[in-house]
Amino acid sequence: MQQQVPFWRAAALSLLILAVFLGGWEAAIRAATTASGPPVDPEYAALMGQAAAQGGQTAMPAPSDIAKRLFELLRDPFYVRGPNDQGIGVQIAYSLLRVGAGFLLAAAIAIPLGFLIGMSPLLNAALNPFIQVLRPVSPLAWMPLALYSIKDSSISAVFVIFICSIWPMLLNTAFGVASVRREWMNVGRTLEAGPWRTATHIILPAAAPTIVTGMRISIGIAWLVIVAAEMLVGGTGIGYWVWNQWNNLSIADIVIAILMIGLVGLALDRLLGLLARAVAWAE
Amino acid sequence: MPPSSMIERPDVQVEGIARRFGGTAVFEDVWFNVGKGEFVCLVGHSGCGKTTILNILAGLDAPDDGSIIVSGKEITGPSLDRAVIFQSHALMPWMTAAQNVGFALSCRNPHWNRRMCEDAAREALGRVGLSHAADRKPAQLSGGMKQRVGIARALAIQPRILLMDEPFSALDALTRGALQEEVSRLVTDSGQTGFMITHDVDEAILLADRILLMSNGPGARIAEVVVNTLPRPRTRASLHHMPGYHALRDHVLDFLITRSREFVATNPPAGWSARAVPESRPVA
Repeated sequence: MQQQVPFWRAAALSLLILAVFLGGWEAAIRAATTASGPPVDPEYAALMGQAAAQGGQTAMPAPSDIAKRLFELLRDPFYVRGPNDQGIGVQIAYSLLRVGAGFLLAAAIAIPLGFLIGMSPLLNAALNPFIQVLRPVSPLAWMPLALYSIKDSSISAVFVIFICSIWPMLLNTAFGVASVRREWMNVGRTLEAGPWRTATHIILPAAAPTIVTGMRISIGIAWLVIVAAEMLVGGTGIGYWVWNQWNNLSIADIVIAILMIGLVGLALDRLLGLLARAVAWAE
Repeated sequence: MPPSSMIERPDVQVEGIARRFGGTAVFEDVWFNVGKGEFVCLVGHSGCGKTTILNILAGLDAPDDGSIIVSGKEITGPSLDRAVIFQSHALMPWMTAAQNVGFALSCRNPHWNRRMCEDAAREALGRVGLSHAADRKPAQLSGGMKQRVGIARALAIQPRILLMDEPFSALDALTRGALQEEVSRLVTDSGQTGFMITHDVDEAILLADRILLMSNGPGARIAEVVVNTLPRPRTRASLHHMPGYHALRDHVLDFLITRSREFVATNPPAGWSARAVPESRPVA
């Protein structure tokens, strides 16, 4: 068990580490830009654009540049100027929509099916080989199959989220249901609680913490996978946006996207954390 | 007190039950009756299958041989008429005390609304002196209070038969004494039939009308039946001053120490038969 430290001390150290990191980064970029390379012919620069005009210098932005760009992006996050120019808020909303749809669809199937698997040792044994073979498959491997059969890139991304988030929820639900304490089931039996009452009043609350842990793992994986999936399918979403900025060689935007993906992922995990607290029970 | 020989049909008839695990019989050829309103304790060492017998009576387990008849019908599974007080209290940790009792009540009375279950649950908790703790979760209750909730839950559904599996063995002596007297009072007041497993001799003498003594397993049998002739009401404080208490206690203890080991079903003592185990009434 670790010793408790006061919040302000941990926070102060965090800020110090951040300041040293950003300061070092800033200084390194400054040093690189002042050491100017050979002069560039202005006509060549006009022809080749900004990168050449900088004389082959680094495209890596300093933290201050990134902060400026972040401010620009967040001033109007939800603008839409045609299909290829939409605000970062719109892109994140698209990604959240896909993750939400795929995750909820997976939950709607995994939790009832996990219930059945957990209740029935026969079903468990029968379905186990399929689960064990399909679970380790990278969700992106499903993408071509999804594109071929669904024929819609956006829905294919939802399908990939669905397939990657179903396994943790399925396995955790089955495990949670199968390990409901025998004495609680016996209470239900002596009270002649029917299957429905037993499921809703005993098994579900008893297994809920395990099920929610599965949901938490699933949403984490789904948020990891959506970036890669959107890089593949393109069009909209934060993953597509990152790839687009790579094509623009806009490193500041890429760094901002990384930050945003991290913050949204944290928020999703905290959301499920609240749900976990709501269903937790202590003996 | 109802005498052991009742004119009407006994509430519970256990007819030659046996339970085997991997070819070895834990107990076999077990016959006994429990009369209506009678309180019977089953005493024996660990491993003689006491808990298995209780589980079979509750309908949670099935015998390999024989059958159990309750109110004239062979039992096939659990029933609300046979409530169980579990050794480990078996409360749902996600429900408050009132919700635990209320859940049992809603099973007993499927068309009661939430309000009625809640009120009846609080009343049941009041009868075991837990009104103040109705809204606490089991994790916030002491061991004795948890077992009280378990008792309230079992009594709330007004079963005809109350089955108890060493309900007080995990409690400290003081709490145990208080709960024993409470259970004794509640069960006698409601005229319920009681069946309790215990290895506490004083508990059996305090509560039981008859004490069934089981020989050691494997192959355990009911070796003796002791009729408790001590008059009611009995209290923990005065029990050991009652005439006949010491004779009764010595008789049961002697059985547990020596006779439970020496009993051999293939060569039983004279006059013993599995179907009609001799009754003894030890007196000073």
